[in-house]
Amino acid sequence: MNDMSNPVIIKGGIGDSPKRTEDHRFLSGKGRYTDDINRPGQAYAYFKRSDVAHGVIKSIDTTAAAAMPGVVAIYTGEDIAKAGIGGVPCGWQLHSKDGSPMVEPPHPILAQGKVRYVGDAIAMVIAETTEQAKDAAEALVIDIETLPAVSEMRAATAPGAALVHDAAAGNICFDWHIGDKAAVDAAFATAFKIAKIDVVNNRLIPNPMEPRAAIGDFDQSSGEHTLYTTSQNPHVIRLLMGAFVLQIPEHKLRVVAPDVGGGFGAKIFHYIEEAAVTWAAAKLNRPVKWTCERGEAFITDAHGRDHITHAELAMAEDGKFLGLRVNTMANMGAYLSTFAPSVPTYLSATLLAGVYTTPAIYGEVKAIFTNTVPVDAYRGAGRPETTFLLERLVDVAAKEMGMDRVAIRRRNFIPIDAYPYQTPVALMYDSGNHEATLARCMEIADWNGFEARRAAAAQRGKLRGIGMSTYLEACGIAPSAVAGALGARAGLYEVANVRVHPTGSVTVFTGTHSHGQGHETTFAQLVADQLGVPFESVEVVHGDTAKIPFGMGTYGSRSLAVGGSAMVKAMDKIIAKGKKIAAHLMEAAVDDIEFKDGKFTVTGTDKSKSFAEIAITAYVPHNYPIEEVEPGLDETAFYDPKNFTYPGGCHICEVEIDPETGVVQLIAFTAVDDIGRVINPMIVHGQVHGGVTQGIGQALLEHAIYDETGQLLSGSLMDYTMPRADNIVNIHVGTESTMCTHNPLGAKGVGEVGAIGSPPAVINAVVDALRDYGVTHVDMPATAQKIWSIINAGINAGAPRMAAE
Amino acid sequence: MYDFEYHKPGAIDDAVKALGADAEAKALAGGMTFIPVLKQRLAKPSAVVDLAGLGLTGIRREGNALVIKAMTTHREVAMSSEVASAIPALAELASNIGDRQVRYRGTIGGSLANNDPSACYPSAVLALGATIVTSRRRIAAADYFQGMFTTALEPDELITEVSFPIPEKAAYAKFPNPASRYAMVGVFVAKTAAGARVAVTGAGNDGVFRHAAMEAALDQSFTADALKDVTTPESLMNGDIHAGTAYRAHLVGVMARRAVMACK
Ligand SMILES: Cc1cc2nc3c(=O)[nH]c(=O)nc-3n(C[C@H](O)[C@H](O)[C@H](O)COP(=O)(O)OP(=O)(O)OC[C@H]3O[C@@H](n4cnc5c(N)ncnc54)[C@H](O)[C@@H]3O)c2cc1C
Repeated sequence: MNDMSNPVIIKGGIGDSPKRTEDHRFLSGKGRYTDDINRPGQAYAYFKRSDVAHGVIKSIDTTAAAAMPGVVAIYTGEDIAKAGIGGVPCGWQLHSKDGSPMVEPPHPILAQGKVRYVGDAIAMVIAETTEQAKDAAEALVIDIETLPAVSEMRAATAPGAALVHDAAAGNICFDWHIGDKAAVDAAFATAFKIAKIDVVNNRLIPNPMEPRAAIGDFDQSSGEHTLYTTSQNPHVIRLLMGAFVLQIPEHKLRVVAPDVGGGFGAKIFHYIEEAAVTWAAAKLNRPVKWTCERGEAFITDAHGRDHITHAELAMAEDGKFLGLRVNTMANMGAYLSTFAPSVPTYLSATLLAGVYTTPAIYGEVKAIFTNTVPVDAYRGAGRPETTFLLERLVDVAAKEMGMDRVAIRRRNFIPIDAYPYQTPVALMYDSGNHEATLARCMEIADWNGFEARRAAAAQRGKLRGIGMSTYLEACGIAPSAVAGALGARAGLYEVANVRVHPTGSVTVFTGTHSHGQGHETTFAQLVADQLGVPFESVEVVHGDTAKIPFGMGTYGSRSLAVGGSAMVKAMDKIIAKGKKIAAHLMEAAVDDIEFKDGKFTVTGTDKSKSFAEIAITAYVPHNYPIEEVEPGLDETAFYDPKNFTYPGGCHICEVEIDPETGVVQLIAFTAVDDIGRVINPMIVHGQVHGGVTQGIGQALLEHAIYDETGQLLSGSLMDYTMPRADNIVNIHVGTESTMCTHNPLGAKGVGEVGAIGSPPAVINAVVDALRDYGVTHVDMPATAQKIWSIINAGINAGAPRMAAE
Repeated sequence: MYDFEYHKPGAIDDAVKALGADAEAKALAGGMTFIPVLKQRLAKPSAVVDLAGLGLTGIRREGNALVIKAMTTHREVAMSSEVASAIPALAELASNIGDRQVRYRGTIGGSLANNDPSACYPSAVLALGATIVTSRRRIAAADYFQGMFTTALEPDELITEVSFPIPEKAAYAKFPNPASRYAMVGVFVAKTAAGARVAVTGAGNDGVFRHAAMEAALDQSFTADALKDVTTPESLMNGDIHAGTAYRAHLVGVMARRAVMACK
């Protein structure tokens, strides 16, 4: 095996940037997505959805609809209940401060008794064509008695608010905490100064380019069910849907997630449509296909973020952080989506130390039900929320202390020699070098030259600002025992099956899933590098439970750190076996065989066998140690991570504001991240570009807005502002790596860093640009209207205002 | 989309007949607005009359007027040297409508027939005092626009061309809606033989309108400075999640000044 610290870059190996194998297929229209799949005799499902946010279903009359041309079947919540089908489960259980379990209301696959958000599915209409199904859906006679709705968390928790679920008093799902309250109170008692902030983490709609789709199929002869679905984790769907919803055992249920056009978290979760089409296909003995439309995606794909937080930071006279107190409300939406409870808690509050040595931390989180689309993990999942809060708070703290923003950060950084570092909120960071990423980022961004640029901008009538964020996140989820102790209802290891073929080419079956990340390239590089085979002779297979032993899928930037580590383990087994075969062939002791650059060599001699020779010998075992070694060269490994991984870094953003219109123009963005081992620098850059773009989207543009009756006002791309090319700038990307100390690759993960680190850098720049207006905080998104209102209020007041928003 | 009959007549008379024969029939131009409406089942026409076979494309100079036929696409207007030399502001306006795909399909006739309150062309038509020529009459701009999505057109009346008097100078300044990129506020300013004209789109709560106070100020002095103290009543403004009435009223002033400065 090649030494991974070896700086020599082999063509197609670790550190090289071959073009992405998958891109030819994607860019030439040859990708095969779920909607491209058509099964013989397939019928089409259309879901009739609620257009009110809250109401009692009085009656549904399907008679006229059922008589419409082409209709195959119509199912309602009543049919589902009669069939004994369970609801879609929640994969994470939390307990409140008082020890009681979270309120976990059933989430039936078609609404029963009540509808709880605009988009809640009322009936599934199946017809020969989608148009016929839609025609029939219009003929359904549905009587819903509208109830008052709660769409916003403050309204939902006000006295006398309408209840989304009767079981959840005050609409509270759980009231959770972490950390040491007494220690924090004591720290505040000795504080020299206290910085306070109120922030809203704006609700987002993920919008992957490919809308969701699902096809249910049933083979009557074998009794096997197949679900083709747009999923980031087919095995998880098989587990959740098979065991909890439809009671189909794994050996009779296959889940295929073929090419998937972007996920960003929204395609992690088990959605009702998947279970509905799988069930209906068996019942009708006919494939059933559903393809989501863009407008439908807005009201059915799990939304992201939506936190309201108040935080206070106690500081000593020298600017050292003494204690942090955080109180958050997190919107769950109308039902608990698969991982929703973990997002504001174990994926968020556990990071409240950030990159700082704050010794005492106490966080409280109330999860709230509202009459809105369920909210769950979205690129970054919990870490962007905490990072935004912390990095804004640190800027406010600097102002409060009259300290420089960089100096206060440096004063509080966890020093490199303090690693491994135990935080007061459960996590133990293994490695990091915050000074290195900060210094490099400041250098590239020319932080120190900023004031001259600001003055030049002022000459042009523009307000220029610069902002930074020094962040750390936890990903590579997760050690199963830890996750289990924290409430996860699954293990979070990863699986790799490395199959060496007789002629020496290799197929790798991975339980992770690629939906834009370029795994087919990165993993092939890893295998090529480690086994010394050409990059082109490695094939990566993912997304089919019939082909892959098992897996937990792709989210939480885990694919390389956990999935790649499983591959390394499997390759270790391949090499160990290869050594035995080589020892036999070369009549040497196994201990004397070393493997390097694709060759098995007898140490200290020039006797060697190539990897391909060993492979063919394993499959044609004529001259073979058959008594001790099985034929074949095919190994599987399960890898359970020992800890989370902790990528981090520094992002710096520079903006200019047009005071006349309030428009915020991005001028420069620099990201220097510590993501551990880099396999393909080009792909890493691409991941950072994409993540930062989504972060800029959150900071400046995107906002899911509901009115008080629970109607989604930003319900299409005409009103929901996705970032476009002219909203961003060329992003300077740098990496300053420290290795993860506990996985064999040293990899930390890069999928989410861009979306986590960037929003506070942007808003810190916006606040800095407005510094002469006395602004201390601006909530996201910093739209032109919002900025203009701030500036205008300042102008009208005749004096700079003290705080905005 | 619901089923409908599809017609593609070869003569304007036949198109008008097809539309007149059936109250539920609708004309189809570039389809950039109409097709999404059909796909979302927001309209249920019995018949769709495609105007693509009527020979209604082309741009020509007619004395002191620039005449653009109804089926001329935004891209053709944006790229036309005839337009660039006669009314460069119009080419500029067309070049910023939607995206490339929309500009290749969308037409001036479709835009004006639709009269979306955030569409760009209505401001140019109103500010320049253009004439809408239809299958049966000529309609002055002032009579044509009748509020959001409402025009003087009869159900079986087709726009055939639009005649723009050529101004001394003109410019269009658009503040795009951040999401849709339609005009959140668009101001078309022109110096014409009849005086200064200012038309505002995107902002008004009753569609495109002329800004009398600004016109009066510009008649005194055709400079951005002349508009400095001219305000726009909030009560006339539209408000939505992107911009409230106060912000829109403010932006009308900003965009008008920028348009005056850009006039050529
Ligand atoms: C993504 C996107 C962005 C856009 N951005 C902008 C923008 O920034 N600014 C802007 O101004 N517009 C914008 N538009 C609208 C665009 O300009 C369309 O061209 C316009 O709305 C309709 O023109 P069309 O030719 O496609 O007409 P169609 O959609 O075919 O028809 C629209 C309506 O007009 C009627 N009609 C069409 N032609 C005639 C005729 N000759 N006589 C009588 N009735 C007729 C039709 O029956 C229909 O009711 C955008 C559209 C999209 C999809």
